[in-house]
Amino acid sequence: MSVESQLTHDPDAVLAHLDPPDTDAPVAADAPDAAASKRPPRSGRRARLHTSASQLARKPGFLIAVVWVLFVGISAFWPTLITSRDPYETHPESAMLSPSLGHLFGTDNYGRDLWTRVLYGSPLTIKATLLAILIAIVLGLTLGVVSGFLGGFVDAVLMRGVDVLLAVPGLLLALSIVTALGYGTLPVAIAVGIGIVPGFARTTRSEVLRVKTLPYVEAARAGGASWGRILLRHILPNSWGPVAVLAVLDAGVAIIAIASLSFLGFGAAPPAAEWGTLISDGRSYLITSWWLSLLPSLFVAMIVLSLNHISKTLQELTR
Amino acid sequence: MTRYILGRVLQALGVLWAAFTLTFAILYLLPSDPMELQLAAAGLQADGISPQQLADLKHQYGLDQSIWGQYWTRLSGAVHGDFGMSLTQNLPVRDLIQARIGQTLLLTGCACTVSMVLGLALAYLATFVRWNPLRLFLTRLPALGASFPQFFIALMLIQFLSFKLGLFPAMGNTGWKSLVMPVATISVLTSSVLAQVLIKSFDDTLRQPYIVTARAKGLSRSAVHLKHALRNAALPAMTILGLVIGLSVTSSIIVETIYTRVGIGRLAQEAVLSQDVPVVLAVVTIAAAIFVTVNLIVDLLYPLLDPRIARNRGRVRVPAAQIEVSAA
Repeated sequence: MSVESQLTHDPDAVLAHLDPPDTDAPVAADAPDAAASKRPPRSGRRARLHTSASQLARKPGFLIAVVWVLFVGISAFWPTLITSRDPYETHPESAMLSPSLGHLFGTDNYGRDLWTRVLYGSPLTIKATLLAILIAIVLGLTLGVVSGFLGGFVDAVLMRGVDVLLAVPGLLLALSIVTALGYGTLPVAIAVGIGIVPGFARTTRSEVLRVKTLPYVEAARAGGASWGRILLRHILPNSWGPVAVLAVLDAGVAIIAIASLSFLGFGAAPPAAEWGTLISDGRSYLITSWWLSLLPSLFVAMIVLSLNHISKTLQELTR
Repeated sequence: MTRYILGRVLQALGVLWAAFTLTFAILYLLPSDPMELQLAAAGLQADGISPQQLADLKHQYGLDQSIWGQYWTRLSGAVHGDFGMSLTQNLPVRDLIQARIGQTLLLTGCACTVSMVLGLALAYLATFVRWNPLRLFLTRLPALGASFPQFFIALMLIQFLSFKLGLFPAMGNTGWKSLVMPVATISVLTSSVLAQVLIKSFDDTLRQPYIVTARAKGLSRSAVHLKHALRNAALPAMTILGLVIGLSVTSSIIVETIYTRVGIGRLAQEAVLSQDVPVVLAVVTIAAAIFVTVNLIVDLLYPLLDPRIARNRGRVRVPAAQIEVSAA
């Protein structure tokens, strides 16, 4: 959902974002401690990075969000680091236990530990999300760069194509793709990825259009650099900022979409369980055992909230 | 002006045609074998029937035609409102949709009305309140509302309003009470989206010189906010009306499934589960048609509501609120 990103993507907000790469920015003004002043002056970009980092460290909400995202990220790749339980091991004698210290999220109707099952659901959902974002970035970036760089007829054709993609609501487009490709994590990831391509294409295009007219591009051109070199060395490195912010934001969107699709029953086959599948399964027990669907939903809501908060903070920082 | 209207109508038809074609291409050209999909949907095994029967079935579903022939049949059918036969329910798709679309339109209509009122009220307050903590809270609220997955909101509402307090039924279509929680679920998302746009719009409007003039004349802050800012700030939000309605229509897929309501959202979910291709094509086309129609109406009404644009020799530049929201 790039509402926020679009809203803050007005040129004056973004203009403050990237200074021309060759100026020597003054050393960070709000880090006047002795150690910093002894160091040799850094190049502009590194000094900025340092300031940004120290600004971010002072935002507790941001830190909590980062920690939570890192935690879920670790659970996605090395779930054994976080829990030693087996997500498929059944204990009929301890079925439907409510949350406690021993079972953080309680247990399900087979006595499986829900917290472990949620953590083991991360790999499926997070990898699907990463794949979706990768598809969106590769396709969107290519479309956007080609469109913004070449302009004219190509631009018009590509942007009309993006308009058409936007006219089919994202979830319905994803549903059509899932109908054609079948169920499972991979089709869902592809479907969601294609659904967020238009946003990336538009943002990249507007960034490329903006950077293309800046004086240093003109200077490089006058200096005899080829268009290919200008594109790779000057335009792309200076266009990726807003695209990266959008990628974080869209990771949250993709997680919601992937969880929604697996909630609707189009995800991985049992007994493997994506977050959406867990939530959907727990629905049948909502009256008696609320934790079975509400706690995993809360888990998903928290990760989306964290991603949105991170992207918002990064946006505010780059103003 | 006639040229403007004609151009807009043609453009809308073009987008709708392209959306139909895109969906058709996805459903019929992607690597899966359409015959196998359709047989599976009808509950048959491909290797369990004779070649003759297979040929008959292919003929019955129109799959013996070339891809262009099929495309033409579907397209000309869709233009006349005929989307062929459902593969699983043995009924014309048109009947299935006619029996359900009323409920979905009621749901999305209520949700859009509620979210417009809520979104406007929130944006109005967020820009009017002076006490900083409250102002910050109200400004941040839409971002929070847009972050929650809809199934989370729906399940929380069911758990607390339905099971704990017994205020509203957790499922079904009967009575206005069954509409409250589904409408609330959709509105959380759509009103957040609207409020985000409106807050930005209010902020821009309040920086305009005529606001300063109005204050300098001695008008009170509330009078300026209500009489000068509100109308000018609310106008640009009209341009995302199509988006909000499109979002409510897609939300109805999840919401109707959770609250087990009858409607085209749930029809779409069931159709995808049973790979009922004609139904999926029909629902996507109808959703795109709703989106395109609302955008067309907004495009045509906008110059009437904002005379500054109409005066500009018929060339209308609708303010840049091209915002896309992927379904949540």
